[in-house]
Parts: sequence; C-alpha cells; structure tokens
Amino acid sequence: MAKLTIEDLRKIKEKVHAETSLREGGWRVKVTVHMGTCGIVSGAREVMSALIKEIEEAGVTDVMVSTSGCMGLCSREPLVTVEVMEQEPIKYEYMNPNKMRQVFKRHILQGEVQTPFVLAKGAEIIK
Amino acid sequence: MMAEICDHIMDIAINSITAVAKKIDIFIVQDKKQDILTVRVVDNGKGMTGEISEKVQDPFFSTKTSRKIGLGIPLFKGTAEHCGGDFYLKSKLGEGTEIFASFALSHPDLPPLGNLKDTILVLIISNPEVNFSFSYIINGKNFTLNTKEIKAQLGDVPISHPEVIKFIGQYLDENL
Repeated sequence: MAKLTIEDLRKIKEKVHAETSLREGGWRVKVTVHMGTCGIVSGAREVMSALIKEIEEAGVTDVMVSTSGCMGLCSREPLVTVEVMEQEPIKYEYMNPNKMRQVFKRHILQGEVQTPFVLAKGAEIIK
Repeated sequence: MMAEICDHIMDIAINSITAVAKKIDIFIVQDKKQDILTVRVVDNGKGMTGEISEKVQDPFFSTKTSRKIGLGIPLFKGTAEHCGGDFYLKSKLGEGTEIFASFALSHPDLPPLGNLKDTILVLIISNPEVNFSFSYIINGKNFTLNTKEIKAQLGDVPISHPEVIKFIGQYLDENL
C-alpha cells in the first residue's frame, strides 16, 4: 500500500461530505480531560487517548473533546468532566482508560451517569 | 521527574494553550552520535514579564489561582539539568514563550521519549483551534506535521471527525 500523504485527507473530506450533512457547529456532549501537571503524571493522556480511540471506533461526530489545566484537586486526578448539552456537568475522579471507555459507552452514548466514579455534579468556580 | 519526555512536552503545550496561544511549534531532535536529545516548544501566547519568567522556574510559584505550587516547568528544568543537559525559558509579554531543554541521551536517568504518537494526537484533536507544528528529527531523519496544512485540506470537516482521527493515527504510525 502506498504511503499516506496529507493530500489523502481530501478524499476523506469528499467521503464525509457524501455520507453526511455536517452539523451546524453544534455538539451534543463536551468532554474535558483535566491536563495540568498533576493530571498528566496521573495518566490523563492515556485517558484522553482511550477516549479518542472510542470516538474513532464508534464513529460519533457530536462529541467534542477538550483539555483544561489544574483545578486544584490534584489528588483526585485524572479528572474528566462530561457535559451533556442542557444538563449539569458531571466530574469523574481517579479515571483510567477502562473507566473512560465505560463512561463513553454508558454515559456519553447512552446517557447513564456512572455514579461509582463521580466526584461531583456541576461546574467548578475558581476565584 | 516525569515518566516520559512526552509527558513534559504535553505539560508545556498545555501551558501554552492556557496562555491562549493560537500557534504552538514543537521541535524534537534526537542525535545518537552527538549524544543529545533536545526539545523546544515555541508559542505565540500571551507571554510573561521577565520577573514572572524567572518565578515560574520556582516550584513554589504558580500563575494559576487554584493552587500556589506549579511543578511543570521546575520538573522539566530539573530533568534536563540532572540528565547532563541545559534549560532555558525566554518569554516576552504579549508575544509568546519559548522553552528549551536538552538531555544527554546516554544518561542513565533519562526517561524514555515515550508515546509521541498519542501525545501529538491528543494535542491536535482536543485543541482544534490551535495550529500545531511538530518537527521530529531522529538521527538525521526528519518528520514534520503541521495542522494548518491538515485543516486546509479538510475545509469544513472538523479535525476531530472520526475518519480524520483514524487517518492521522495511521499517518503517525507510518511516519514516526
């Protein structure tokens, strides 16, 4: 097989255009993996990689991933915030790739909050 | 000391993103003959004053408001200096920041470079508004990736589209 080049992305663009009509900028779920120094040393990158892999395999286009810095709860890292549109954000603590895959399948795709991993409900307020 | 050099790279890049950088260039050079590994991260974020640039190298200083300690830069600096290398941080308020660290490849305490593929993938997929450019030169062999070029090819298809994630993953597998 010939080596991939950046120009091959054009084919992907055409394929995506042919298969779907692109949504108008709206996301259904926003997932934030906290990636301060504390998060990174606790394995946040592996958590994010697992999430990206799940999105790729499930082929979902309405889940947005994002990173953020330290929110001050370093001992509970890796932290992940799942925000389903028009619902209160849920913060998960002590995450790992397996827990992330479970949260993706059950919470993000099916709307079932994974209570055993939950730290808190709501957004943090940093003064 | 972090487990991987890539963790440090991720950490510094997140600092750049926090400093609202729109362009982040990451250069990694690994040269066995000269026994050196260098990492340079340059951003166009908000930058720092000379005083703050000095202070961020102190673990008991942080610009974030949630905690009074900031270990990312001191750890990176510490690893470089411990592993027979150098470290510098140059920053100009309103223009951006440049961080450089070098390491002796043969130093027994040098952490492995780590998972560069996942580091790149995580950064570009989770920060689609930032233009990243990666340059990785290993023993003279050069690999570059520029997300601006990728976005130009994609047009209105987001870089976080599953098909695109798959493509970039395969592209990195083939080239790294």
